[in-house]
Amino acid sequence: MLYTEAGQFSTTYRADRRVFRLRQDRIALGTLLAFAVAVVPLIGNDYWFSAILIPFLVLSLAGLGLNLLTGYAGQLSLGSAAFMAAGAFAAYNFNLRIEGLPLLVSFGLGGLVAALLSIVFGLPSLRIKGFYLIVSTLAAQFLIPWVLVKFGWFSNFNASGVITAPPLEIAGYDLSSPGGRYLLTLAVVIALAWLASNIVRSELGRNWMAVRDMDTAAAVIGISLPKAKLLAFGISGFYLGIAGSLWAFTYLGTVEPHGFDLARSFQVLFIIIIGGMGSILGNFLGAAFIVLFPLLLSNLAALLPVGLIDAGQLENIQKMVFGALIIAFLIREPDGLARLWQQFRARARRWPLRY
Amino acid sequence: MDFFFEVLIGGLLSGVMYSLVAIGFVLIYKASGVFNFAQGALVLFAALTFVSLVERGVAFWLAFGITMAAMLLLALGVERLVLRPLANRSHITLFMATLGLAYIIEGAAQALWGAQVHGLELGIEDVPLEVGGLFVSQFDLFAAGTAATLVLVLSLLFNKTRIGLSLRAVADDTLAAQAVGIRLPRVWTAVWAVAGLVALITGLLWGARLGVQFSLSLVVLKALPVLIIGGFSSVGGAIAGGLIVGASEKLAEIYVGPLVDGGIENWFPYILATLFLLVRPAGLFGERAIERV
Repeated sequence: MLYTEAGQFSTTYRADRRVFRLRQDRIALGTLLAFAVAVVPLIGNDYWFSAILIPFLVLSLAGLGLNLLTGYAGQLSLGSAAFMAAGAFAAYNFNLRIEGLPLLVSFGLGGLVAALLSIVFGLPSLRIKGFYLIVSTLAAQFLIPWVLVKFGWFSNFNASGVITAPPLEIAGYDLSSPGGRYLLTLAVVIALAWLASNIVRSELGRNWMAVRDMDTAAAVIGISLPKAKLLAFGISGFYLGIAGSLWAFTYLGTVEPHGFDLARSFQVLFIIIIGGMGSILGNFLGAAFIVLFPLLLSNLAALLPVGLIDAGQLENIQKMVFGALIIAFLIREPDGLARLWQQFRARARRWPLRY
Repeated sequence: MDFFFEVLIGGLLSGVMYSLVAIGFVLIYKASGVFNFAQGALVLFAALTFVSLVERGVAFWLAFGITMAAMLLLALGVERLVLRPLANRSHITLFMATLGLAYIIEGAAQALWGAQVHGLELGIEDVPLEVGGLFVSQFDLFAAGTAATLVLVLSLLFNKTRIGLSLRAVADDTLAAQAVGIRLPRVWTAVWAVAGLVALITGLLWGARLGVQFSLSLVVLKALPVLIIGGFSSVGGAIAGGLIVGASEKLAEIYVGPLVDGGIENWFPYILATLFLLVRPAGLFGERAIERV
């Protein structure tokens, strides 16, 4: 009853094309955003900001980046973390070497560098497809962190090869408190998620989906495959690069190249598998799951008698459960948590009627 | 020049070790079109199980038998719980499922047997042997011999037996194979069991060299470029690819490495494989039928 769409007619094409056609959806999203922007900074504590909300937002953004490439354009990548590293180190260097460069501009430039690298490593996609691509993206995954470790210039000759966040200051406001870092991350993520949801509904997004579903047919109807694929790599790299800078600057503060290893790439891939490929919402659901699940598991283990499960075993159990969940999702719900949400929504729209 | 050849031969022999992992991939890829990322986890699981049994006082061959039985059970489970429900799904989906499988097997292996490093003695000493003026590791020669035997046995299995015939039939055309009465589940179980055997042998050889520990599961990453260069669907290609990767990465490390301060071994094979992909997507010995864009 709450969700009924009776009486909501689109009277213009513009109204018909909007992302959220139902008034309830718009109200719900508006409330959620208002809550996240205005209420959460007031009631949240440092633990929530630093350990849950910021990593959740950054991982959502990283998932979004990979989802554009894998979920929408159908190109598999195992190098997400490398592009995150590239973005983080590039943003750091721009900020360091150009005097007075605004923080957001260095994020953007870092994203562009990651986008360029992503396009370079996406070039083989013009000749091959499917999982052969994982080799070229794995090449990025091993090469980029190696370069960042090997050449001290990238970390400004830091003895242990780490980069440290510059002062987080925008237009004179100091954002280095946990709440401030949360707001900065939130603003970037909202802006980029809004952009992404428009990209995937644009001509480019439809081209990507055509390439993903059947590339031969896409080529026949006149879609330029190289352009669609390389743009997917580029835009995905841009998102991942910005996610990397946020990871380094607003989440961790200090980061080394090894923080962006293959395990991180898998983590981002798992976010989109669990959350749902080809969905914007799914990235947020998947990231929430990936961040909260280990916490839940360790809290459950803490309820058991002391010594029954030690930290090492807990990690093993966590790995097994994640593996099992991946397979279960692939078998039962290939479209992930986002699909479950849609089903719930469809049911809510006709409730209390049966159909 | 002697030094060059020594490096070359050392590289070729270590390439044989990569080939061993790659063979496991090729087997499963040939029979089910699945790119099995869990092969590394299988190697870890097999080696850990074997070494833990031996440490508990089980005789060598008995431990080998028990581990092989465990691999067979694992193959049955994988077919039943993962492959069957995912039959006829896209390659990428199946690949991601094996990624999940790799996590499960790695977690289970370490949960069962612990995460510490185990030493493994196969009774072959890793001493340099002088052959025609060049020094070659005895262990490497043994590994090469094992690989050669394995390839011989596998090609006999593929070409001379009924099960091999049905394997090739399934690989060629799954639907037609089913139509003439080949039981897909059995073929898949068989091929995963054989891949388990290959994983066990690989695990023993790699484990004797590196110690049985978690990093064994990472050998899977070394096998990928080997597969790309050799071609996904050819056992011979896996060997050739392994030799090329082994030799070229050692030579590059010695001759190019000093220019950039070393450590290029980790990514060099990948760059080489990426170049191969750009020039020759099917690999050296792969079938032309690889999907192109």
